[in-house]
Amino acid sequence: MTSVDEQRPEQEDPESTGTEDSAVPESAVRPDVTSGEYVRGYLDRLRAGDTGLLPVVVGMILIAIVFQVASHGDFLTPGNLVGLLQQGAFYMTLAMAAVFVLLLGEVDLSLGYVAGVGGVVTAVFVSDQGWVWPAACLAGLVATTLIGLLQGAIIAFLGVPSFVVTLAGFLGWNGVILLILGNGATIPIQNNVIFNFDNGLLSPLVGWIVYVAFAVVYVGAELFKIRTRRAKSLAQQPAAITIGRVVVVLLAGLVVILICNANRGRSLPIRGMPWVVLIVLGVLLAATWLTTRTRFGRYIYAVGGNAEAARRAGINLAGVRIAVFGLAGLVAGIGGLLYISRLASMSTAYDGGTYVLYAIAAAVIGGTSLFGGRGKLIHGVLGGLVIAGIDNGMGLLSMSAAQKYVVTALVLLVAVSLDAVARRGRQGHGIDA
Amino acid sequence: MAADVLLELRGIQKRYGAVQVLHGVDLDVPAGKVTALVGDNGAGKSTLIKCVSGIVTIDGGSMHWEGRQVAVHSPKDASALGIETVYQDLALCDNLDIVQNMYLGRELTNYRMLDETAMERQAAETLEGLSVTTIASVRQRVAALSGGQRQSVAVAKAVMWNSKLVILDEPTAALGVQQTRQVLGLVKRLADRGLAVLMVSHNLVDVFEVAHRIAVLRLGRLAAVDDASNLDSQSVVELMTTGQAQGEVGRGQPTRGSGDGTPTQSQVVEESS
Repeated sequence: MTSVDEQRPEQEDPESTGTEDSAVPESAVRPDVTSGEYVRGYLDRLRAGDTGLLPVVVGMILIAIVFQVASHGDFLTPGNLVGLLQQGAFYMTLAMAAVFVLLLGEVDLSLGYVAGVGGVVTAVFVSDQGWVWPAACLAGLVATTLIGLLQGAIIAFLGVPSFVVTLAGFLGWNGVILLILGNGATIPIQNNVIFNFDNGLLSPLVGWIVYVAFAVVYVGAELFKIRTRRAKSLAQQPAAITIGRVVVVLLAGLVVILICNANRGRSLPIRGMPWVVLIVLGVLLAATWLTTRTRFGRYIYAVGGNAEAARRAGINLAGVRIAVFGLAGLVAGIGGLLYISRLASMSTAYDGGTYVLYAIAAAVIGGTSLFGGRGKLIHGVLGGLVIAGIDNGMGLLSMSAAQKYVVTALVLLVAVSLDAVARRGRQGHGIDA
Repeated sequence: MAADVLLELRGIQKRYGAVQVLHGVDLDVPAGKVTALVGDNGAGKSTLIKCVSGIVTIDGGSMHWEGRQVAVHSPKDASALGIETVYQDLALCDNLDIVQNMYLGRELTNYRMLDETAMERQAAETLEGLSVTTIASVRQRVAALSGGQRQSVAVAKAVMWNSKLVILDEPTAALGVQQTRQVLGLVKRLADRGLAVLMVSHNLVDVFEVAHRIAVLRLGRLAAVDDASNLDSQSVVELMTTGQAQGEVGRGQPTRGSGDGTPTQSQVVEESS
């Protein structure tokens, strides 16, 4: 029956012309987008190379499945997953710093050792000089921010490529760390608060309170957005899509809190969400707010997308560039604090070279373009999670560092190739359409 | 008639190093009309509009805006007067959407946060006011737009700041037939709304379709300026290449206002047609 219909649609389907008419609505009122149109628009964007979060989410699911099977069920356990969050927080934070710079279309190879400078400065002040922890942390963050501003100023004012300036930083700040630490030395961190940044746990009840507060604020923000858009009679996103997004975010949060609050102790019960989850979430929300809700954030994207257009629009290019390198330094400094917190020490074993490459890889794996102007802070977090997941999963399988490097390299190569192919799709789309 | 003249250029000179590009150009740009600026490569068209839009500073001569002498040293000065320029490369950010591009550098804020809803609404209203109907959503990224749509966005961006003079640099150069028609329609509507339009173009067909007045530059001097109805393609080409159109033309003498073409100029048309 159906096959007959399909063979002769023009003759037997009198409504075919009707659908063509309705496909071109010409109304003065801006209509709300329907779910179908939204999905079609999303597919169009995918085809045009605007992939968004899709690749990294698919990648995370694949990694979870592969390691879960290969480790005979050890990967997706509460104990391992919470540990993964604690290990990964450093990469996620460093990757967010990398995203800032990549948005400009620049690169910062020094981020790893800059984070190390933040760590060592804080360690020296809190352990050797006996400063209170907030002052010591502030000193570390000020140091990394100033380093970022300095490198940014050289890049913006002298026109030296960021690759070269930050390559000098890569070498130089490594040297500075070694000079401060002395030969083969280790500075232990005895301060409880700093130790707890990465290792401290919220009680399960506090975890739930945080989750509910987050959910209320998030849903409230979505409702407020719908209300203002309706008041100004602007086109709304389809309700199904909005509700779907809210449900996915709330469910993701719920899964995290359930995993964190499950007992993961072997002999004694251990439960609760690590502080570091809130720290990373806080950095993510603040940085996302800055990049999407402020003029400065808009200018970062504009400079990364078309610096000449930004200049003609009256945007201070040098100012934006310097500020972004400073911000990247600040966020890297936070990463450095998480590093010394997790290891409860700072030593000459700090390998900032590998860390920065992991961080840039994480940002790109997460979906941030190497070519500037495209990316989000969440890309750094999700990409950092992928990197940490590979590291963690291969550790579970007792694989060597050499094997880890090879696998991470392959994942990075796939991610960068995806970006390059997608970029070609975008360009072809922009010119042909 | 003088009251309608928005911008008066008198004896504009510009040199780049040893090269004198503009040798004292006089030009009047009236409000509510499309003035086309034509000329061969190297005639100084781009330099002249760069002088007006503040990208470069003039070396001699004077600019009068609404009767007052003004100095334009930067694009900001030009914007403050109400002069907006749409460059050939459009200066749009592909990675930003239409609203973000239209407000780039002048974002509306509310408690220091971007006021997205106000910007989206006003951008949509501006496009509607210009009868740009080909754009479905103002939240599309510019990368997804066609050449004509991009040009429309760039023009809309230029007119939304209470601008009085819009300078268009080769607005149809990269467009197909259909999109050229859309953009030329938009150019006409700008003039209908009382704006002065100064359009640089190589394409004489387009020029004659929209321009009320045509100014011909040759080797840094104004070869002629007249109402479009007093000129035709052939005479314009002759003016561009030789500086005169068979008969004697008012070289370098700007013809002010409309409809009072001097005898020599109507003569040009008769002789050349």
